[in-house]
Amino acid sequence: MRRLVYLLPILLVAALVAVFWRGLDPARDKSALPSALIGQPAPALDLPPLREGDPSFSLAAFKGKPVAVNFFASWCLPCRAEHPLLSRIGDEFGIPVVGIAYKDTAANARGYLAELGDPYAAIGQDESGRAGIEFGLTGVPETYILDGEGIIRYRLAGPISPENFADQLAPEIRAVLQ
Amino acid sequence: MIPELGHYALVLALVMALAQGTLPLIGAQRGIRPWMQLAGPAALAQFAFVAIAFLALVRAFVTSDFSVAIVAQHSHSDMPLLYKISGTWGNHEGSLLLWVLILNIFGALVAALGVNLPPRLKARTLAIQALISVGFLLFLLFTSNPFARLADAPSEGSELNPLLQDPGLALHPPMLYLGYVGFSIVFSFAVAALIDGKIDAAWARWVRPWTLLSWTCLTGGIALGSWWAYYELGWGGWWFWDPVENASFMPWLIGTALLHSALVVEKRDSLKAWTILLSILAFGFSLLGTFLVRSGIITSVHAFADDPTRGVFILILLAIAIGAPLTLFALRAPSLRAGGLFAPISREGAMVMNNLLLATMTATVLLGTLYPLILELFTGKTISVGAPFYSATFGVLALPLLFLMAIGPFLGWKRGDLKGALQRLVAAGIAALGAGAIALWIKLDGPLLAPLALAGAIWLLVGTIIEWAERVKLFRSPWRSALRRARHLPRAAYGMSLAHAGLAIAIIGMTGSAAWKSEQIQVLQIGQSLQLQGYDFKLESIGPARAENYLADRAHFVVTKGGDHVADLYPERRQYLVQPMPTTEAAINSSFLADLYAVIGEPDGKGGWTVRVYHEPLVPWIWFGALTMVVAGFVSLSDRRYRVGAPVKAGGAQSAKVPA
Amino acid sequence: MTAWRALLAVLILALAWPAMAQEAQLADPQLEQRARDLAREIRCVVCQAQSVADSDADIAKDMRILIREQIAAGRSDQEIRDYLVARYGDFVLFEPPFKASTYVLWIGPFALFGLALLGTVVFFRRRAASPGAVTALSAEEQRRVAELLAEGDNQTLDKGPGDKGLGDKGPGDKGSGA
Repeated sequence: MRRLVYLLPILLVAALVAVFWRGLDPARDKSALPSALIGQPAPALDLPPLREGDPSFSLAAFKGKPVAVNFFASWCLPCRAEHPLLSRIGDEFGIPVVGIAYKDTAANARGYLAELGDPYAAIGQDESGRAGIEFGLTGVPETYILDGEGIIRYRLAGPISPENFADQLAPEIRAVLQ
Repeated sequence: MIPELGHYALVLALVMALAQGTLPLIGAQRGIRPWMQLAGPAALAQFAFVAIAFLALVRAFVTSDFSVAIVAQHSHSDMPLLYKISGTWGNHEGSLLLWVLILNIFGALVAALGVNLPPRLKARTLAIQALISVGFLLFLLFTSNPFARLADAPSEGSELNPLLQDPGLALHPPMLYLGYVGFSIVFSFAVAALIDGKIDAAWARWVRPWTLLSWTCLTGGIALGSWWAYYELGWGGWWFWDPVENASFMPWLIGTALLHSALVVEKRDSLKAWTILLSILAFGFSLLGTFLVRSGIITSVHAFADDPTRGVFILILLAIAIGAPLTLFALRAPSLRAGGLFAPISREGAMVMNNLLLATMTATVLLGTLYPLILELFTGKTISVGAPFYSATFGVLALPLLFLMAIGPFLGWKRGDLKGALQRLVAAGIAALGAGAIALWIKLDGPLLAPLALAGAIWLLVGTIIEWAERVKLFRSPWRSALRRARHLPRAAYGMSLAHAGLAIAIIGMTGSAAWKSEQIQVLQIGQSLQLQGYDFKLESIGPARAENYLADRAHFVVTKGGDHVADLYPERRQYLVQPMPTTEAAINSSFLADLYAVIGEPDGKGGWTVRVYHEPLVPWIWFGALTMVVAGFVSLSDRRYRVGAPVKAGGAQSAKVPA
Repeated sequence: MTAWRALLAVLILALAWPAMAQEAQLADPQLEQRARDLAREIRCVVCQAQSVADSDADIAKDMRILIREQIAAGRSDQEIRDYLVARYGDFVLFEPPFKASTYVLWIGPFALFGLALLGTVVFFRRRAASPGAVTALSAEEQRRVAELLAEGDNQTLDKGPGDKGLGDKGPGDKGSGA
């Protein structure tokens, strides 16, 4: 029994090393905060539309089919980088992409879209950032995939890239479409 | 050329370390004298090579040699000289070289000063030290070469991170490393003793000065880092339970336990297994800290690198460096000859409780630090473990420790008189209750830990003073004889009293700051003022300022209380030229009882500025308490009885056999 | 991914729009204090371990505004915490919750201490049972001690300058205790 006590330190260290080994796995992304809303219904938003003449922005309008929600801003550099890939979501999977202009003035957001193109089926304005908090947003850009019932199924934090489009986004969208 | 020489010197150091790590070990096992005697000179040679390499790197920084990669990434020719020098260790590769340098400084010191060490112990200790060095030199040379050159040298560097361009932070890493790399030599002594199979009072006597030196430097290093965070980061906090802060705190806790445990081995030949275990763990936690900072496994403000290959290397190093000795411990420790017996209520008993409490507190910090990682790995959930957790667990465990610290010195060896001790401490008890009551009266609805911690600290402070007074018979004999006794008390006794008192003072400061801090935030126009705790802060002016490598907005606050002028504060908001990172320089006015702390934030575009002002009661006591502890350590070290290998006095035939 | 996160953090800080919504304080000082205290409990999701009260990040400011709004609307502290946890997960609280996944965390330190204490008690019990243990003096032994001491007093023992100090001392101890 006494000998066992002396074994405790090495056993604990061995366990710790095993934990660290797992922690060093390069596939682990330790900086992204996992979304707390996965599996929860998307928040009901009612935002002013960005495009003049559009109806008030609401996610309820898109219930019944999957939709991608993309938070962007004119002052956000990575948003510019991911912009071309946004239309790919619609083209390849046939699901609408809606945009939310986060903490941006209407003028700047419109100018940004005029310059880069407008891939969105609808765009809401979130000048105060409140809609972002409702979604548990940690920065822009972020893209959420909602299923037909309006449940959030996946969140991609950071810009969409060809790599994560193929590896992460596409499989999730396919899963939702089934 | 010089960087290449530095690089070559590192390779030579590695070769020397390999020799030093193997031959003396075999020599000690087989009794081959020349191989054992190789250890000392090899250690000195290894130190010389590493020193050459380090100096070569410093030179590259000072001369702004941007063909060396890390100089280009972390230096700039417009920086003040101090930061060119400190830039050497302001990056992963350079700081690792500093690590290895200090590892070798300690090895060389033992080689040079340990003339009275038994040859086998000396040979084995230096060999283990060299093996650690081998591990880190391999890491340096294969994954983190400080002398890597850029094929295309830029004409100007990217500058040292502005947050690091600060005198406090320039000194913080060297002091910190002296601390926790210093524990490496204690580790080596312990492993050497385990190999030998024998631990006795003489071993403890060798080990204590090195433990004390490391502990003292670590105390200073942690305090420096904390002080820097307080005056630099701008929100009046000085400890955040950040994983890397915790990583330096854990060796300190274990080191404190070790210091006391080694004492028992020396005086009573007891608690051997504990002391060996603590020796291994102290350095083990240092290695853990290295791993956490440099592997990228936990994101933290302190984290250097984000490189999985480096992480794997250090993890393997960690596993071997801690795993092998602990295995040896499991095998050998049960057969260590048990020492003197003692009653539960005795000084040894108090030391056992001390070890227990400190070990549990260390385990608590480790649990809190690693729990988010473990939870995330096994369940995918993320949580935060912040100050509230540590206050409720670590803080609560600290209370019995404070209580015991005042009593311990009153207990005799082998069997102590608890009732007598408590009787002598009645005054301390009254003072503590009084302090606790005052604390409650000041803020009834604050955290309960605050008045309890304050009471505990006052108990300890007054108790320490009473113990000293008893020892010199202050009130029981004429003051002249008391003074004589005081002068003849061994320095180590003063070390103890000062260290315990210093801790008490620091805790009083911590309680005041954490529990009774108040703040005020407002947008002020020039000429307006805000009020806090009876002080009036008037924003007199804001104007531009500049230095070699930054531009700043400098505000002038006039602080008054009841109409009387108290202070002028000049907080700044700096913009460094190369790395466009705005940093705030808080302006602090320290007095005996509190700090007044002012920060300016962003302008609102309409002539107003966001201003944040803090009133931090008792904060200066934290730094003063820490300084007292550092002084205590050096006072203790200066005690003649600890000078291992001191020259023998003529006529002192006895002392030739026993280390001074 | 990490590089993007860092870039995002820098961008959010550096390009932050000067105060989209002015950060007004609550009129009632007690409520304002509540808001500040609560903000200190909430972790900023984009900064490194700063609280929402201390952080300069935009999201932190938005959360402070949200906290003030909800306090003014009469919500309790716990309701506000729950609101944020629902959107961001337990990560957003500095105080880890006390639930099944954190029992080990909260109880661990005390359990450890209890176990260690138990082990020590067992250790001392064993020691007391072994021969040569240090025990209290029996009545007979106490009488003998008194006899010997009385003897000593009669023969003026040469007492040196070194005092006996406090309690028992071992042979090598010169009254330092350090």
